[in-house]
Amino acid sequence: MSTITPEIIAEHGLAPEEYDRVKEIMGREPNLVELGIFSVMWSEHCSYKSSKKWLKTLPTSGQHVIQGPGENAGVIDLGEGQAAVFKIESHNHPSFIEPYQGAATGVGGILRDVFTMGARPIMNLNALRFGDPEHPKTRHLLAGVVAGIGGYGNCVGIPTVGGEINFHPAYNGNILVNAMTVGLAPRDRIFYSAAAGAGNPVVYVGSKTGRDGIHGATMASAEFGEDSEEKRPTVQVGDPFTEKLLIEACLELMATEAIVAIQDMGAAGLTSSSFEMASKGGVGVALDLDRVPMREEGMTPYELMLSESQERMLMVLKPGHEDEARRIFEKWDLDFAVIGHLTDSGRMELRWHGETVGDLPIDPLAEAAPEYDRPHQPTPAPQPLGVNDIPDSQDPLQDLKKLMSTADLCSRRWVWEQYDHLINGDTIRRPGGDAAVVRLPDGRRGLAATTDCTPRYCQVDPQEGGKQAVAESWRNLCAVGAHPMAVTNNLNFGNPERPEIMGQIVGCIQGMGEACSTLEYPVISGNVSLYNETGGQPILPTPVIGGVGLVDDLEELPSAGLPAADLDIILVGETRGHLGQSLYLRDLHGREEGPAPPVDLEAEKRNGRFILQQIEAGRVAACHDVSDGGLLVALAEMALAGNLGLFLDTTEPRATAAWLFAEDQARYVVITSDKETVLEAAGKAGIKAEVIGRTGGDSLKLSTGQHISLDELREGHENWLDRYMAENPADSVA
Amino acid sequence: MQTAVIRFPGTNREKDVVMALEHATGHAPRVIWHKDASFPDVDLIVLPGGFSYGDHLRAGAMAAHSPVMKEVVRQAEKGVAVLGICNGFQILTEAGLLPGALLRNAGLKFVCRDVCLRIETAESPFTTGYQNGQVIQVPVAHHDGCYYADDEELKRLRDEERIAFRYCSAQGGQDNRSNPNGSRDEIAGILSASRRILGLMPHPENATEPLQGSTDGSGLFDGLTRALN
Repeated sequence: MSTITPEIIAEHGLAPEEYDRVKEIMGREPNLVELGIFSVMWSEHCSYKSSKKWLKTLPTSGQHVIQGPGENAGVIDLGEGQAAVFKIESHNHPSFIEPYQGAATGVGGILRDVFTMGARPIMNLNALRFGDPEHPKTRHLLAGVVAGIGGYGNCVGIPTVGGEINFHPAYNGNILVNAMTVGLAPRDRIFYSAAAGAGNPVVYVGSKTGRDGIHGATMASAEFGEDSEEKRPTVQVGDPFTEKLLIEACLELMATEAIVAIQDMGAAGLTSSSFEMASKGGVGVALDLDRVPMREEGMTPYELMLSESQERMLMVLKPGHEDEARRIFEKWDLDFAVIGHLTDSGRMELRWHGETVGDLPIDPLAEAAPEYDRPHQPTPAPQPLGVNDIPDSQDPLQDLKKLMSTADLCSRRWVWEQYDHLINGDTIRRPGGDAAVVRLPDGRRGLAATTDCTPRYCQVDPQEGGKQAVAESWRNLCAVGAHPMAVTNNLNFGNPERPEIMGQIVGCIQGMGEACSTLEYPVISGNVSLYNETGGQPILPTPVIGGVGLVDDLEELPSAGLPAADLDIILVGETRGHLGQSLYLRDLHGREEGPAPPVDLEAEKRNGRFILQQIEAGRVAACHDVSDGGLLVALAEMALAGNLGLFLDTTEPRATAAWLFAEDQARYVVITSDKETVLEAAGKAGIKAEVIGRTGGDSLKLSTGQHISLDELREGHENWLDRYMAENPADSVA
Repeated sequence: MQTAVIRFPGTNREKDVVMALEHATGHAPRVIWHKDASFPDVDLIVLPGGFSYGDHLRAGAMAAHSPVMKEVVRQAEKGVAVLGICNGFQILTEAGLLPGALLRNAGLKFVCRDVCLRIETAESPFTTGYQNGQVIQVPVAHHDGCYYADDEELKRLRDEERIAFRYCSAQGGQDNRSNPNGSRDEIAGILSASRRILGLMPHPENATEPLQGSTDGSGLFDGLTRALN
């Protein structure tokens, strides 16, 4: 065995005091295999050591929650014997280094987290952040990430139905790729990872193990420096074809009684899967590493334990079921190997051709995982905008046209046309709307999902920004007639060892927790991605919310676009004219200024429930929430989606930029043929609602007589991304 | 009408076509695993969409040489109708049951969107539910859908009226912009000389219910059911 030098310890990302704890737990110097295991198990990625203290404050239980955080994915009860299983996960660092494979394996990993629990994946979503569009790398990264997400999801055959994309220079050196999967399982057939039963066989299935991705989890727990390009060998390579076979084989085996516990091999591969299964079940495990199916010759125990080769699973079977399981995996042409068994020793014992190469205590290692209360400094309150400091709009419709043709507000068609969003035949609301809706097998109900975050709000006010991400997710579900049920979160931040970054983390989690509590919208799974900085430049704080809701009756689904002429347009919710941090200020006037819009959670709750009641009463022909860009943008999006114009009443006091472009929260646009009933119901509920216009024509018209044709509006909006990507064709081809 | 839907490793749109067939016929088709020992007696064989064998080598190439395809060829020779959708079309060309080849999309990217198709001939069991010149809206979802045949083959397809569907505008006009993949002559689907085999890239099976946004694909399955009963 090689001696462990301080250099080797540093290369494994362990602090000197962490290494002292390793020696204490082992009662001796660890060997290299053991050190590698400590390194990945205590990495930020696996241990959540900087965020755990704060994550514990999030609300994680509720009426519908079957399984909260701590498993491969969270589970909620959909009634009628069904459950939804979902989670979001980041693959930020690998996607920056190698965008196609980084993004593809991100999708593969999150799919495995979901089908590991016995669920058939029914939809994929994502949340992406790229640098300045003018940055030389942005096109290449966007093209590669989108192609990678599509390449994986399309082949596996799971529709990619929704997502969001922002551009901002703060992501120039650290893009974000967050992937979410939602699956469906019988309520009473959920599979968990806690191993049980000394003597039970431990079985390895899926792809063979190669040398790819060794130390990926450690890489994901460090800042990027000049040498990030050299880290390419640690990026894994995905094989969606094998994943498809693995899904089918696992679900086929799950229909039998053979499985005791199952866990996918994600970050830190065989180490974290075997360790977590044993640790959760309070048992020991003995593995014969020479029995692991290997792709390459001459692999060492160290490499086998730390490889992040994709499309692999570990399971504990009931004794006597090995042959039944083996037949299923052979049918699907996948590797199947019994590589060990459970013990009652409480230790992880690793053997290589009969010789012990590692022997670690499980509980002490898991319990002693570092947990830090890092110093955190709150983000200073932003300067308010002066009342006279807000530029008014001379020509609101030309301003609208400019806004609709910006990187953040243009159509994402170029992106989602590369994703098969229709496979399985159950996609009822396609990408481009507030939330995607996928039909459930009963044919009557639907599951809605959306990903949301507004990083520029989080940057100036982490707490309000955290709330806003939850509130926007809630609104996007209500707007499609879905009852919001639960969320998964993906917390993307910079280096937590810096107090101002830790302050962002704490603030966002607090805001998020408050919103989830008030809205009864618990967090059931999630992922934390820290150290997203390059050369000391951190990303904007980006706590992404993936929300899931249930549509009781697909027949009542309102449309996203304007559905017919001569309907009334009602604005629900209070407009105060908040332009701080608005796209109007940023993209038209070059000012990233002012406070984020405050979020009134009680108003969100009241207004969201009101919208749901109106939809279920059959009074809503179309609905859209008001968010980025404000009211005029929301109306233009509805007009373009429905290919129908509208008239907007902009008489006093509605003639200002503040009314047209404000990003006040808790607002919806409702299209109805029954305005009296809707207004009366709003009045009774104490909710502000006013008729602001009427549908019809082929342009957007204001009271001033100003108008803009849909064709003019569409031209820049629909084609911005196509043109942008075509400007340098060499880069736009992945 | 009895139907066998063939499933290869990597096939992923079998459920979609099963739903559409069940809707049209009132009963579920048989799904055949490519390794199954026996082949049922059927009126129609469907090769569904997906990525059989992970598109290794070329899309459809591996499946075309699998043992079950020998059986499909035998059945086709007996006159059993064969429908290949998307990857199924790719397999049919690779197996030589249909002429030409499907190349990478002209735009080089995967493309999933609604397209309009013009029915070029109603003279086949697959298109009898439509009228000549009718325009339908159905989605495409593929990376390798650019149909290529040489001049001689193209002339033969035209002369024998074996072009079943062409990409077109909503009004039925033929133009380049309505063609999602650069296919020659805007070809979206072709028939065999016997008119008993159809291959097409679009997915009529994903447009058979109002909730899916279009029911224009139903004509294919309803027409088939009537023609083969």
